[in-house]
Amino acid sequence: MPTFEYAPAPESRAVVNLKPSYGLFIGGEFTESEGGSAFKSISPASEEVLAEVTEASSADVDRAVAAARRAFTGAWGRMSGVDRGKYLFRIARILQERAREFAVLESLDNGKPIRESRDVDVPLAAAHFFYHAGWADKLEYASLGSNPRAIGVVGQVIPWNFPLLMLAWKIAPALAAGNTVVLKPAETTPLSALLFAEVCQQADLPAGVVNIVTGAGATGQAIVDHPGIDKLAFTGSTAVGKMIARSIAGTRKKATLELGGKAANIIFDDAPIDQAVEGIVNGIFFNQGHVCCAGSRLLVQESIAEEVEARLKRRLGTLRVGDPLDKNTDVGAINSKAQLERITELTAAGEAEGATRWSPECELPSKGFWFRPTVFTGVSQGHRIAQEEIFGPVLSVLTFRTPHEAVAKANNTPYGLSAGVWTEKGSRILWMADQLRAGVVWANTFNKFDPTSPFGGYKESGYGREGGRHGLEAYVTTGDSK
Amino acid sequence: MSPTTGAPSRVEIKKTYKLYIGGKFPRSESGRSYEVYAGGASSGAFLANAAQGSRKDARDAVVAARKAFPAWAGATAYNRGQVLYRVAEVMEGRRAQFVAEVRASEGVSERQAEAVVGQAIDRWVWYAGWSDKYAQVLGGLNPVAGPYFDISAPEPTGVVAVLAPQASSLLGLVSVLAPVVVSGNTAVVLSSELRPLPAITLSEALATSDVPGGVVNIVTGRTGEVAPWLASHRDVNAIDLAGAAGAEGVVWGDLEAAAAENLKRVVRPAGTGPEAVEPDWTATPDLSRLTAFLETKTVWHPKGR
Repeated sequence: MPTFEYAPAPESRAVVNLKPSYGLFIGGEFTESEGGSAFKSISPASEEVLAEVTEASSADVDRAVAAARRAFTGAWGRMSGVDRGKYLFRIARILQERAREFAVLESLDNGKPIRESRDVDVPLAAAHFFYHAGWADKLEYASLGSNPRAIGVVGQVIPWNFPLLMLAWKIAPALAAGNTVVLKPAETTPLSALLFAEVCQQADLPAGVVNIVTGAGATGQAIVDHPGIDKLAFTGSTAVGKMIARSIAGTRKKATLELGGKAANIIFDDAPIDQAVEGIVNGIFFNQGHVCCAGSRLLVQESIAEEVEARLKRRLGTLRVGDPLDKNTDVGAINSKAQLERITELTAAGEAEGATRWSPECELPSKGFWFRPTVFTGVSQGHRIAQEEIFGPVLSVLTFRTPHEAVAKANNTPYGLSAGVWTEKGSRILWMADQLRAGVVWANTFNKFDPTSPFGGYKESGYGREGGRHGLEAYVTTGDSK
Repeated sequence: MSPTTGAPSRVEIKKTYKLYIGGKFPRSESGRSYEVYAGGASSGAFLANAAQGSRKDARDAVVAARKAFPAWAGATAYNRGQVLYRVAEVMEGRRAQFVAEVRASEGVSERQAEAVVGQAIDRWVWYAGWSDKYAQVLGGLNPVAGPYFDISAPEPTGVVAVLAPQASSLLGLVSVLAPVVVSGNTAVVLSSELRPLPAITLSEALATSDVPGGVVNIVTGRTGEVAPWLASHRDVNAIDLAGAAGAEGVVWGDLEAAAAENLKRVVRPAGTGPEAVEPDWTATPDLSRLTAFLETKTVWHPKGR
């Protein structure tokens, strides 16, 4: 069979106008830092500097919280739900209008393939605002309790894997319920949040309703510890999630935490194997495996393990790794040097512990941060690569014989974010779905997201849900006013 | 028989108050007990020696609760509802004993004690009725933008540690316990420290009302001594800190910090700032204590021909 090569199909960068440097978006405008420093945001695919951004000081966080408080006690707090909703609808529309710009910027700053930022991240972000806009004047219909109303000023800290989408997951429900926010994007991916600040300006959102402070861990900690924050929402690692939970212990701050995962993707012998292989690939190689709910542990029924492995390897040989802006790219760049080091370290541990490592032949660009899609076979439950979240394009394959064994292995983790089940037997799907201790179960599919669909984990994958009526609950207080 | 008096009064059989773990009534493994006085104050009359539960007792209780979890969580909602209703039935039959113990423990009048016991029984009935309803109220179909069947439903969190209210020894206890177990969680309860007797009598009602052993475990003792072990226990999924209010030597923030170790779901005590107050348990409850110990599970499946 002849092999046809793909011609390069790069998306144009011309749609993105980056400024050389960015201040902090506080009280409706970009402002200079008070005592903070600056850092550079680079493209992980080329290591080129994209822009200089501000590392917000605690004085800056103070200003942002004060601006949010003013907006909460002022115009935004007094606004009717109908009008709040109109602002959210406006934001949704502007995101749609500027979708290509956001997609290109996201791929530049994050390293993810343009196909994913264009078809998943940005449309879903707009959809989240559109969905929540409709809730703004309907809180009392959401069965959340009596007298549902905003909590106050919300501090939000988001990760680098889906920068704009995580921003939308956080800001849309917060605003719909009438809160005001101080949001910190991740230090390696701050640019789409800063572009979102411009969207807020275009939408004429009242000053202080959304404040964007860029920075790293210290800035995040300043938000967590700030006494003017009423509620925290965090997406990121379980280790940081625990730190936040400790930080707010003994206070009256509320929190929702969406943390790590080590999802099992379970393939039974009666599964449609080609579809399952697509699901496995989507489960772990989508977004370079930088997904908290990634199907990083493949559990295959023993009788079909060899066949699945062979078909999986053949499929991985067709994955295109490279330029995130190329429309044919399947797997982009690893988001940062630090993350690449972590993946490298854990995969080395996998080999050292005796698992068998395999990657398809593929050329990697000479600059930037790259990691070949990798499959480990012969993995046992005690291996680090079967226990720890790798957050990269690395799949660990384990086998099982009976449904009970599959459940026991799938649940053998402190995490509980998601799971996948592949079988043609309906009753088995429902039984498995009952048994799996995970917040999201994808049956004969994987990595599907929707604004109406609650997402979030059991156990050490965190608490609270995002999306749907359930996600709204985290931003609402009920009962008699104090 | 003495010719000068009437029939002598019968010598009463006094009860030995023990722990309730895994459906059994053991003494504390530590061999310790402590004196319980009327009104929960040492100036009151001596009522009984209660078992002074230890760290090991708490851990045994967690093991029992974990063991009981799959079957109780897997029971049908109708079944759990009937079991909770049965608790109310059995309590009703032992009403007089509960009234006497609440009266002695809380130092309230007979009338007040009767009202409290009635409300405690009615609270079981209220939650029993929720068992097969909250899933419909809280869950449902998600209208996703694609060809998928997508449904969310609540599930129990797992093993829940409960610090029972200190002042309201029976109504407060039932108000925090019933919402935990109605959804299929199993519980390790640390009873009111100074007013533990109604809790142990409740456990006798539980043991005779179809509640499977291990679903509810009750440890009596010093809250300040045992609570930290439950807060930091890695196999406990959630903790209700209601009983931190008014407990000697208990800083609820420290317990919440310990609970962060495995990201337990935490229900803080009522109050503002660092203070903890015991709420008025006679108020009609809402769903918040029930939902606090639920996890939402969302299941997706493609639609196709």
